[in-house]
Amino acid sequence: MLSLVLILIASFFFTGIIIRTKSISSGRKGPGIFQPVKDVWRLFKKGSVYSETTSFVFQIAPVIYFSSVVMAILVVPFGSTKGIISFDGDFIFFAYVLALGKFFSIISAMDTGSSFEGMGASREALYSMFAEPAFFILMGSFALLTGHTSFFEIFSTLHLGSYITYALGIMATFVLVMIAMIENSRMPIDDPKTHLELTMVHEVMILDNSGFDLGLILSTGYLKFAMYGTLIANLYIGELSLLYAIPAFFFIQFAFAVSVGIIESFMARYRMSHNPQFIFALSSVSLLIFLGVLLVLGKFV
Amino acid sequence: MIYLYLAILLSAITALLFVKSTAKGMVAVTMVVVTSLFSSIIAMTALVGNEFQILLAGTIPFGEVSLKIDALSAWFILVINFTMITGVIYGKSYMKPYAKQRTNLTMHWLSYNLLHISLILICSVQNAMVFLISWEAMALSAFIVVIFESYKADTLKAGINYLIQSHVSILFLMLGFIFVAVKTGSYDFNAIAEFSHQQPAMAGTVLFLSFFIGFGIKAGFVPFHTWLPHAHPVAPSHVSGIMSGVVIKIGIYGILRMVLLINADYATIGYIILFISIISGVYGVALAIIQHNLKKLLAYHSIENIGIIGIGIGIGCIGLGTGNELMATLGFMGALLHTLNHSLFKSLLFYSAGNVYQSAHTMNVERLGGLIKKMPHTAFLFLIGALAICGLPPLNGFISEFLIYGGIYDWLFSADLISLIIITFSILGLVAIGGLAIFCFTKAFSIVFLGTNRSPSTSSESESEMSFWQLFPMYMAGALMIVIGLFPSVFLNLLIKPVALFTSDIVFNPNLPQMGTLDSLQKINWVSAGFILFILAVWGIRKLVNRSKVIAIAPTWGCGYCQPNSKIQYTANSFVRTYTKLAKPVLFIEKDETEITGIFPSKKHYKTHPYDNIERILIDIPLKKVAAIREWFVFLQNGRLQRYILYGIIFIASVIVIPVLIDSFLIILQFLNHL
Repeated sequence: MLSLVLILIASFFFTGIIIRTKSISSGRKGPGIFQPVKDVWRLFKKGSVYSETTSFVFQIAPVIYFSSVVMAILVVPFGSTKGIISFDGDFIFFAYVLALGKFFSIISAMDTGSSFEGMGASREALYSMFAEPAFFILMGSFALLTGHTSFFEIFSTLHLGSYITYALGIMATFVLVMIAMIENSRMPIDDPKTHLELTMVHEVMILDNSGFDLGLILSTGYLKFAMYGTLIANLYIGELSLLYAIPAFFFIQFAFAVSVGIIESFMARYRMSHNPQFIFALSSVSLLIFLGVLLVLGKFV
Repeated sequence: MIYLYLAILLSAITALLFVKSTAKGMVAVTMVVVTSLFSSIIAMTALVGNEFQILLAGTIPFGEVSLKIDALSAWFILVINFTMITGVIYGKSYMKPYAKQRTNLTMHWLSYNLLHISLILICSVQNAMVFLISWEAMALSAFIVVIFESYKADTLKAGINYLIQSHVSILFLMLGFIFVAVKTGSYDFNAIAEFSHQQPAMAGTVLFLSFFIGFGIKAGFVPFHTWLPHAHPVAPSHVSGIMSGVVIKIGIYGILRMVLLINADYATIGYIILFISIISGVYGVALAIIQHNLKKLLAYHSIENIGIIGIGIGIGCIGLGTGNELMATLGFMGALLHTLNHSLFKSLLFYSAGNVYQSAHTMNVERLGGLIKKMPHTAFLFLIGALAICGLPPLNGFISEFLIYGGIYDWLFSADLISLIIITFSILGLVAIGGLAIFCFTKAFSIVFLGTNRSPSTSSESESEMSFWQLFPMYMAGALMIVIGLFPSVFLNLLIKPVALFTSDIVFNPNLPQMGTLDSLQKINWVSAGFILFILAVWGIRKLVNRSKVIAIAPTWGCGYCQPNSKIQYTANSFVRTYTKLAKPVLFIEKDETEITGIFPSKKHYKTHPYDNIERILIDIPLKKVAAIREWFVFLQNGRLQRYILYGIIFIASVIVIPVLIDSFLIILQFLNHL
């Protein structure tokens, strides 16, 4: 329950901080931190335009996309408190329920019959497919390290052994940050602020969405960021008491948002054809974590 | 009871011969339903623990034939019955346009029923000879139902390809059975068990591998899969559905039966099955993505799903071999449940493809599009099937894949270094299969059903939804899939007995760390239901909010371009282009294109034809070599009668002369020895 509330709070300011960081680093004043939330609220109040090519898939897809991310959030724990749902192997459920949302966002883009949206859909399908092995190997390594297979038990027992686990935590942070960037279609995989539809991934998929649906899709993006931020925070706050854990949580979310902003300000997007290589490299980092776990457990002897 | 059944069956067959062709389908439905009813009653009681066994009196060639339906057979019989029933109901309507071909239809429905009965027999006989005869009956009747449109050259070619490969499969089975029969003098299955228990485990492993190749050809494991993508697309759609849904599963049944009978080194065979299955899974889906023929795409997905089932069996065997009870349970349970799941969603997908074919008259996805508006039911059912085959919650595919993942992660805790590496590859394989499947089915669904028609010239008025009776069996399969997704524990309870057959004789190590995945499924029950409710709630809110809003309809936003047409849409080929480039080393795509030259180039064309690399290396190239050797002797067949008479004379002369020559040679040899 606690994690759900905290993620909701974090999602309110997360994207605002990213935008704020970007505007400060480029020397602009920029909008207020709550501007993205206000945008969504405005969209919720607007009417919508639907393409005559679309079918019921286009109408239901944003709803399912949103619901799948909410469902995934329910699984995420907060330090030593469980998520609302927790069972052995829940991270498999987490990944697959997110994939369901992805499935619908892809077919809804294809539903419009637009060549641009098809292009975005094809890219999104390919990139998110490549990102999944990294996540499963990462969670597998932690499962091996802790002897548990649910998010809650993994995170709450991660640092009971030795301090080397913090080093693994840092590598895992890198992997999770990058997965978050891929899943949210951010730099260096995708540039949300580009002006050319040909070079977009996620933004071009939702060209035809408007009104309430677009609001749902945008808020899903905010929630997703906060969700990955919570996973990262969980790598560190394992056995801390709530008194320290909650400030630590907000600090980590803040640092994550600022670093996303900084990455977006100072990095260029990769060439589309280089993205798959980059995402493959991510899997090898999680294999490194796996080897690290083997070292900690002394399986090499 | 058996006499009653035989009486009904005989009268139905007689009826089938004489009724008019529109009624033949109805008779076939009756026959399948009756067969299913009788066998299901027995199977149901067997599944809850009362094994059914009768001993038929000894006859000359077979000896005593024992029929036994234990929990494993019962599970497979129930799976077979369900899909055979949906298949025959669907086929009855599907075959209506072919009503003129009277004899062909009679043959088709007779073979369909023979196929059904032989499948049930295969699941229940305990005698190698009768087993092989049923197996042959199954292979032949499947061949006949596949080549219904035998006047098409492609169909016949694919059918014969299947026929030859299924006989290669029988060859390996015979090898195994005869080997045991020679050693023990009995064809009974118990003899196999006794024989392998007397031998060292290594002998059992070799024996198992012989059976595995035989059954593996039928199941479609890579590299024995090459018949499958040819045979499935050419068959009528209900036949493709049952071929992919249940006929290839009989290979899985065979493998599981042999695991039960043969006392082998389970860990070793587990590793072998796991290795082959991961390759099958990844290779199947990797090729499925580049297919343009919808049914061929689905056929390659069958190979992928056989791979997933195989991963489950492999995990289960390794669990048996290493004494890890939970791992064995999860592996076999996942494999058996996925067998059911795959038979449901794959038959559903093939039936949907059949609907598409009947309305659009093409299977080439590049010529389809926008069918969701004309065929909303078919599109919805295909979507359900696509979600399930990708293993997405809250549908049934997720449950079985979750069990198999559970088995792998459970193995993690008791593994040594080598096993850990294998685990890593298994997880990577399973994840890659899942991701690629999503990629493939987003493509298939959106190109076929979404957007607008990609070749408006071929669009006709005939594109409309199918009749109720054609959709009804599809809804049956779809409903069962949702029920499994929402209430998995009901089906897992049914699976306790079949799985116990594998695990009951093994001494397990109770000290191994375990994780309670079976309990997690109880929670998944609630989570899935909650998930659906939540979607409905958000949908309701959306409805409520949008009620007072202005909702406008406009053309798709073309980024400023205001003359869009259907050709501007993304095609299947462009959707997978990046993937095709990345996977180039594995794939083999024939290209046929003309270069653009000159200032005013003439009309150009560009054609791609995806082909199977393994088939090229394993089948086509060796065949070419054989053909090349044959070429050397082609001068013998020159059409001149005189020459042929000469061959006859040469043959007769050599028959007479060669023994004489050998004799005289021996005499000379003796003479030389005497010197």
